[in-house]
Amino acid sequence: MYDGAVQDLIDELGHLPGIGPKSAQRIAFHLLSTDPSDVRRLVETIQTVKEKVRFCEVCGNVAEGERCRVCLDPRRSDEVLCVVEEAKDVVAIERTREFRGRYHVLGGAIDPMAGIGPDDLRIKDLIARLGNEAVREVILATDPNIEGEATATYLARILAPLGLRVTRLASGLPVGGDLEYADEVTLGRAFEGRRVVT
Amino acid sequence: MPTYRDEAIVLRTHKLGEADRIVTMLTRKHGKVRAVAKGVRRTSSRIGARMEPFMVVDVQLYEGRNLDIVNQVETIQPFAKAIADDYGLFTAATAMVETADKLVDHEKEPALQQYRLLRGGLNSLAGREHDLGLVLDAYLLRAFAVAGWAASFDACATCGRPGPHRAFSAVAGGAVCENDRPSGVASPAPETFRLLTALLEGDWATADASGPRHRREAAGLVAAYTQFHLERKLRSLGMVDRTSESHPEEEE
Repeated sequence: MYDGAVQDLIDELGHLPGIGPKSAQRIAFHLLSTDPSDVRRLVETIQTVKEKVRFCEVCGNVAEGERCRVCLDPRRSDEVLCVVEEAKDVVAIERTREFRGRYHVLGGAIDPMAGIGPDDLRIKDLIARLGNEAVREVILATDPNIEGEATATYLARILAPLGLRVTRLASGLPVGGDLEYADEVTLGRAFEGRRVVT
Repeated sequence: MPTYRDEAIVLRTHKLGEADRIVTMLTRKHGKVRAVAKGVRRTSSRIGARMEPFMVVDVQLYEGRNLDIVNQVETIQPFAKAIADDYGLFTAATAMVETADKLVDHEKEPALQQYRLLRGGLNSLAGREHDLGLVLDAYLLRAFAVAGWAASFDACATCGRPGPHRAFSAVAGGAVCENDRPSGVASPAPETFRLLTALLEGDWATADASGPRHRREAAGLVAAYTQFHLERKLRSLGMVDRTSESHPEEEE
């Protein structure tokens, strides 16, 4: 235990995700030994993020205005909508440079044990968007874990009556690996989602 | 570091650090175990798919100071895929694993009956053998019976007078006679009592033949009974979607 301000800083840092008491202590002492101008810049950056950044009113992605840059981009297709769990998934998909449609960020996945049900996600907003916009295909790009799969299953069920093409991201073998090292669940998915080449 | 090996059902996982997870498992020999599975959130992980809830695995663990560490995992029964493919099954299975997690309170205390019961319940759900609501309610009643809270649906739960009786009190522990009946308790239909008895005893012929009204009434009583005796909220129980794609609830 340290005195006043130092312990307060350690406690605050310890609330951050992935930061345990030891890491919090290490970061706190790093900040104490850092040049005051660097610390000021960090504080200003955090304040700016909290003041300027909000969630896009259309898709739920992070944005500095009312709409994010994807929703504002007129060159992107309105016909394909990619549904993801978090805003950071948008960045991951954008890195592929394969997708030129729009996004919809749910804000998480269905997790009954954590008390997160369909009503806690932006599913109603998604349905409203599908009613107003010219979407022809919805790509379900939730995480390939049990919560993500269950969320995709739920969405597929409620989107079915809308008559849209609903697709799910493929699961399978990672590029650059050896087949023999693949686990049976992933390999099974790869077989299930195999595609015709000739 | 000493290692041990066991069969386990993955109950739940929590994110830890950059790419790890804390995995809570119900094992055959060691009861409930919490262990760190390193790197399982990376897409390149070879054990990530095996460390998902509802998977039955053969696992080898290092004994750690606080938490054990997952060393090797092999799949025994991959229930996760069949369950996640049906939203109703997913919600029912989640309620089952949350119940097991709460009923087996202490870590590393053997709970073989709870393990067998949960594995049987998940197997029945994944195999779509019966209506998912019936499987869930049967599991809940039996898991509570194994944990020491067996409900009585025939003899009076207070005085033991032989039934059948007409009132049900979750607080008293099941059916209650006219003398012991507290005010304001439910009066379920005799068919509902028969269904509850069938679910507790594993009489699937009777349970499968029951009507939707009695299933709904039984589900409400089971939920009230479990929530009262557990003394902790089962979050997932309120989110169970009993309309499975494979077993749509019959219309009256």
